[in-house]
Amino acid sequence: MRRTPWSQRFGLSGRGLVVLLPYLWLMLFFVVPFVIVLKISFADIDLAIPPYTSLFQWDEKNVLSIKLNLNNYVFLFTNELYFKALINSLKVALVSTLLCLLIGYPMAYGIARAKPATRNLLLLLVILPFWTSLLLRVYAWIGLLKANGVINNILMALGLIHEPLAMLYTPFAMYVGIVYSYLPFLILPLYANLEKMDWQLLEAAEDLGCRPWQAFYKITLPLSRNGILAGSMLVFIPAVGEFVIPALLGGPNALMIGRILWDEFFSNRAWPVASAVAILLLLLLVPFMMWYQGIQARESAGAR
Amino acid sequence: MNQRRSVFIISCVAFGFAFLYIPILSMIVFSFNASKLVTVWDAANSPTLKWYRSLLSNEEILDAAWISLKVAVINASGSVILGTLAGFGLSRFTNFRGRFVLNAMATAPLVMPEVITGLSLLLLFVALEQLIGWPAGRGITTMTLSHMTFSMAYVTVVVQSRLATFDTALEEAAMDLGAKPLKVFFVITLPIIFPAILSGWLLAFTLSWDDLVISSFTSGPGSSTLPMVVFSKVRLGVSPEINVLATLTISVVTLIIVAVSFWMARSNRIERAT
Repeated sequence: MRRTPWSQRFGLSGRGLVVLLPYLWLMLFFVVPFVIVLKISFADIDLAIPPYTSLFQWDEKNVLSIKLNLNNYVFLFTNELYFKALINSLKVALVSTLLCLLIGYPMAYGIARAKPATRNLLLLLVILPFWTSLLLRVYAWIGLLKANGVINNILMALGLIHEPLAMLYTPFAMYVGIVYSYLPFLILPLYANLEKMDWQLLEAAEDLGCRPWQAFYKITLPLSRNGILAGSMLVFIPAVGEFVIPALLGGPNALMIGRILWDEFFSNRAWPVASAVAILLLLLLVPFMMWYQGIQARESAGAR
Repeated sequence: MNQRRSVFIISCVAFGFAFLYIPILSMIVFSFNASKLVTVWDAANSPTLKWYRSLLSNEEILDAAWISLKVAVINASGSVILGTLAGFGLSRFTNFRGRFVLNAMATAPLVMPEVITGLSLLLLFVALEQLIGWPAGRGITTMTLSHMTFSMAYVTVVVQSRLATFDTALEEAAMDLGAKPLKVFFVITLPIIFPAILSGWLLAFTLSWDDLVISSFTSGPGSSTLPMVVFSKVRLGVSPEINVLATLTISVVTLIIVAVSFWMARSNRIERAT
C-alpha cells in the first residue's frame, strides 16, 4: 500500500495554514509579552498612566536616545527582602515537591496495580478535585485549620489538647495547602508512567531472591524515573511562583516571590519593579522548564 | 510477604484519598450549618438551607458568576479551535520549520507561574492600547484573550496525546481513495478525536472559571469574575455562603465528570467491538 504522510498530502500552503493560527497567537500573546516585561523592567516608575517612563526618546535633533534604568535590578539585588523571598520560595517549592512525592508515589503505585475497574474509579477520584476550584479547596483548609476550626474542635473534644493549636497563618498551613493543591499534578504523570510498567520484572526479581524493598529500589524506582521527574516539575515550577496559597494560608510573614510580585504591582503600583521580579523569576525557572520538556520528549518517544 | 506489601500500599492510598477528600466533605457538611461561625456546628437549627437562599440572592456573586460564565464559554470554544489546530499540526506534521518553537510555546504555559503570565499579558494589552488603541481598556475581552492563551496549551496536550494513539491508516486509506485532506479531517479525524476535544473544552472552561491570578491582572473596573469576588470575601474571613458555592461547584463538576466518563467508557467499548 502506498503510504503518504499527512505532511506531503497537505502541501505547503495547507500545512502552513493549520499551524499558522496557533503559531501567531502564541507569538503575540505569549512571546511578545515577555519582551515587553523585559523592556519595562528597565523603565522608571512614573506618576502617569501607565505608571512607567518610556525607554525611547526622540529629541528635536532627530536623535533617538535609549535610557536603560538598571536601578530596579540594583534595588532587587541590594535589598535583602527579595533575595530572602526567592530563596524561601525555592525552599517551599522543593519541600512541597518532596512531600507530594512521599504521599503521591504510593498512591500512583497503588492505583496502577489495582484491578482495572477499581483503577478507573480511583483515577476519577484523583482527577475530581483537580476540576474543582483551587480557590475553594484552599478556602476549605481555612475552616479546618483556624483556632476555632474543625481540627482544633475535634482535638479539644477528644481532650488531646486544652488550648487551640495555632495552625492557620503558619508555614505548616502553607505546606498543607500547596501539597494538597498540587498532589493530582504529581499523581497523574506518575500513574501514566507506572501503568506501562512490566510487573513481571518484579516477580522475576523476587523469584531470584530479591526482597520486595530491594526489588522496588532496583527496578520500579529507576524505571519510573521519567514519571517522577515530570510530576515533580509540574509541582515545583508553578509552586515557586505560587500566590494564592501563601496569601490565604501563609499569613503576613510568608515571604514568597509570587506574593512580592503581586504586592509590588497591585499595592505599590511599581510596575517596573514587578517586571524586574518577573524577569529574575523567569530566568531562574527556564532551565527547569527546558528540563521538563526534555523529559516529556523522552516519555513520548519511549511510548511509541 | 505480598500480603504485607499490599496492606502498606492500601493504607497509603486510603490516607491519600482521605487527605484529598476531608476538606471537600467538610465544606459540604458546613454549607448546611445554621451558625454564622461556619465551623461551629449549630445542632439546634441545622441542617438548614438558609445560606443557599442567601447565596442565590447575593447580587454581587450572581453578577460575577455571569461574567465568569461568559468568559469561560468564549474561552473554551476559542481554545478548542486553537488547541486542536496546534495539537493536530504537532502530531501529524513531523517536520516543519518552527515545529520546535511551536511545541515549546504550546507547552510552556502549562508550568509558567500565573503571576508571570498575568503580568506579561497585562503589559502587552497596555502597550497595544498605546500603540494601536486596541483593546480599549481592560475587561471581558482582555480576560478572554488571556485565558485562551493558557487554556489552549492544555487542549493541545489532550488532542495531541489522543492523536498519538490512533492509527493514521484510516486517514491514509481515505486519502488514497481520493478524499481531500480537509474532507478527511472533518469526516474521519474529527469524529475520532471528538472525546478529546470535548474533554479539552471542559478543561478550558474549568481553567477559566477557576482562574484568579491572571483575571486579576487583566480585568478592568466592573468586570470582577467569581474567583475575584470569592478571594476578596475569603481574605476578610470565612463566610458560610462560600461553603454553599463550593458545594454547588463540586456537585456540578461531579455530575459532569461522571456523565462524561460513562459516555466515554461506552463509546470506547463500541469502538473496540466494531
